[in-house]
Amino acid sequence: MPESREISIGDVESQAATLQSEKMTLNVGPSHPTTHGVLRLLVELEGDIMTKVTPVIGYLHRGDEKIAENMTYNQFVPYTDRLDYLGPLANNVAYAIAVEKLAGIEVPARCQAIRVICTELARISSHLLGLGVFGMDTGAWTPFMYCFTEREKLMDLFEELTGARFTNSYTRIGGVTRDIPEGWTGRVIEALNSMQRTLKEVDTLLTRNRIFYDRCVGVGIIAKEDAISYGLTGPNLRGSGIPLDLRKDKPYSGYENYDFDVPVGKTGDCYDRFLVRMEEVHQSIRIVMQAIEKLPDGPWYAEDAKKIFAPPKDKVLTSMEELIQNFMIVTQGPQIPAGEVYFEAENPKGALGFYVVSRGGGVPYRLKIRAPSFCNLSILPKILPGLMLTDVTTVLGSLDFVMGECDR
Amino acid sequence: MNLKETFAFLEERPAKDCPAYNCPAGHLVNLMQALRDQHGYSMLVDMTAVDEGPGQTPRFIAVYHLFNLESFEYLRIASACEGDESAPEIPTVSHIWAGADWHERECYDMFGIRFKGHPDLRRILMWDEYPYYPLRKEFPLAGFDMDFQAADVAERTGVRIQPAPMAGGPFVSGDEGPMSEKEPRAKDQSWREQHKKPGGSGPA
Amino acid sequence: MTTATEQDVGYNSKIEGNVIFSSADAIINWVRSNSVWPMPMGLACCAIELMGVGASKFDIARFGMEVMRFSPRQSDCMIVAGTVTYKMAEAVRRIYDQMAEPKWVVAMGACASSGGMYRSYAVLQGVDRILPVDVYISGCPPRPEALIDGMLRLQEKIRTEKSMWQIKAGRPNPEKLPTGPR
Ligand code: SF4
Repeated sequence: MPESREISIGDVESQAATLQSEKMTLNVGPSHPTTHGVLRLLVELEGDIMTKVTPVIGYLHRGDEKIAENMTYNQFVPYTDRLDYLGPLANNVAYAIAVEKLAGIEVPARCQAIRVICTELARISSHLLGLGVFGMDTGAWTPFMYCFTEREKLMDLFEELTGARFTNSYTRIGGVTRDIPEGWTGRVIEALNSMQRTLKEVDTLLTRNRIFYDRCVGVGIIAKEDAISYGLTGPNLRGSGIPLDLRKDKPYSGYENYDFDVPVGKTGDCYDRFLVRMEEVHQSIRIVMQAIEKLPDGPWYAEDAKKIFAPPKDKVLTSMEELIQNFMIVTQGPQIPAGEVYFEAENPKGALGFYVVSRGGGVPYRLKIRAPSFCNLSILPKILPGLMLTDVTTVLGSLDFVMGECDR
Repeated sequence: MNLKETFAFLEERPAKDCPAYNCPAGHLVNLMQALRDQHGYSMLVDMTAVDEGPGQTPRFIAVYHLFNLESFEYLRIASACEGDESAPEIPTVSHIWAGADWHERECYDMFGIRFKGHPDLRRILMWDEYPYYPLRKEFPLAGFDMDFQAADVAERTGVRIQPAPMAGGPFVSGDEGPMSEKEPRAKDQSWREQHKKPGGSGPA
Repeated sequence: MTTATEQDVGYNSKIEGNVIFSSADAIINWVRSNSVWPMPMGLACCAIELMGVGASKFDIARFGMEVMRFSPRQSDCMIVAGTVTYKMAEAVRRIYDQMAEPKWVVAMGACASSGGMYRSYAVLQGVDRILPVDVYISGCPPRPEALIDGMLRLQEKIRTEKSMWQIKAGRPNPEKLPTGPR
């Protein structure tokens, strides 16, 4: 970047006297350890205090929305993995539900429960990484390692379920790719139980840690009105004391059947956002445990969605009707009636929304992805000025964003 | 509550998921202000646009999704952009919701819609000098052939911005015509062996 | 694992005393290959697997490559992990230019190698259009094991280089750049 050379502190000797009032523009990113990817910040500094911050995004703009207009609904599922690549299972679910709403399909209870388990496991894995990296940003290396060890256990479970470590593409419109394997739920419970211990250790390492505490408390405060005005969602909104959780307030996929609490913060500083995430992991574990306990039997895909869900392989290989059905869905895509729908799901990073416009047929006419990270980052120019340059790390870590979905 | 009673200029819009209205661009700002202040739609969750295709009037529709934090209801407001195809216009709502700032910049970047009164209407996802509006329907997914934005890097490495190869799929077979005549192929057929790569002339 | 050490710098102090006879290349390459400092160019999803490789379970420290440095000045192997967009390509190339010789590039994942599943107007179709790539790793994302394998192959490659010749000639690694657009 040409700007990267702009770090001009001027001719030091001649300006030594006036150095204190000298404004300096510093370029952070797009490749910088604190920016968690390819965010770039143009920071105007007065001494160590930031006076103006301009985020520059788009370094990971891959054209997802244009790509969506060029392929069938099912072909787009893998691309949803790569939006928020810390919890892809949750993205898959959000996308599938959005299109199902447009098609008017109800998936059976077992499918819903499987999706809830997936979403919550994705949330745990995303928050684990978020917490670990936040710890690392503020100077604590050990929690990162602990969190990653636990995350790897989840990765193994995902792999067993879906065949991939984190680019899962597990859902389809009208169901999931396959039923959960034998004994998988037992291993999930085992992993979650062992995770509780680690969480406790991370908690003792960070929550009352003096350095961590001092770096987070009172830093990057987001006022309630600002949070709403900028369209923040997820833990960042709840950290500011607004108890909006779509799983509770606008339940989908059977979330109304589970018992869980929605943690909220008080002041909206980095510490609150950290605590909210910490607690959400525990709540997610609670939900998964309930979902596994109550896991209904029955079909795991919508059997009446003939033109939408490709039938299981064993039927395709043995029956003519299913073979044709499968062929049509693969070549033409699931047939979705004309109309438009907007659906938001409570994802690890916030509300992930899909606005799907269909003109009939198997290919979306327009698909807009409402990315929580995009909105969450738009508040940076508001909260960063007035803080010290070192606080950028803390604030960015506490916002827990992903550039993949911010830039799409 | 039917918003049409309060705002006579609204026109109902078919939707399955939430109340939806069409609003003339002239009333948009007043409507949004009132919806936020008096009707509890305190959050603008999403703002985007839909391109109806070249030659259509109106061609660009701006779509707003509002969320009510008390009743937890969504509301969709659609508003057709004014002005001709090459420079569609619509008033900004970024003074009502600060979050609209980035959404509108994105719409400008992707569709070329100008938001009247926007404080800082620049490209946000593509780089500033990028000449096209990628989400317009006539823009091919593969993109156009053009110079790389940094001349010195281009000189050293010989890199150019080139249309992406679509030969590898994903393939879709169209909706029209009999099954036997539709080979599944990539939807973007802007260049193949038969057609030349889209060339690098000025903005579309 | 038989390393270059045992083969080329075979040395037993009981027999040979404290003197080692070897070719300069073997020693230089042995040193270089066992202290690769990667520059994690984490751009997208693949960066998460890259983090996984650095973290507890896969632990790339076992192969002497754990010193991830975000400063290009301090590192000698750029791991391009993720989708390189045209907007980012400029920065990637400038960072590469700032790295000191000798330097190597690993393209991790389908996106960095060829554009991967992102055939679109915004994505550079393979980072080898702007950088000379030494090792390509397939996968979307590559498993951590695949990345480790790729890095070990990079070590093998480093051990075969003619380092002494380069140092004597006082010139950097001949640019292995592709010529012109393809
Ligand atoms: S290769 Fe796959 S996982 Fe890696 S950056 Fe590209 S899309 Fe993401």
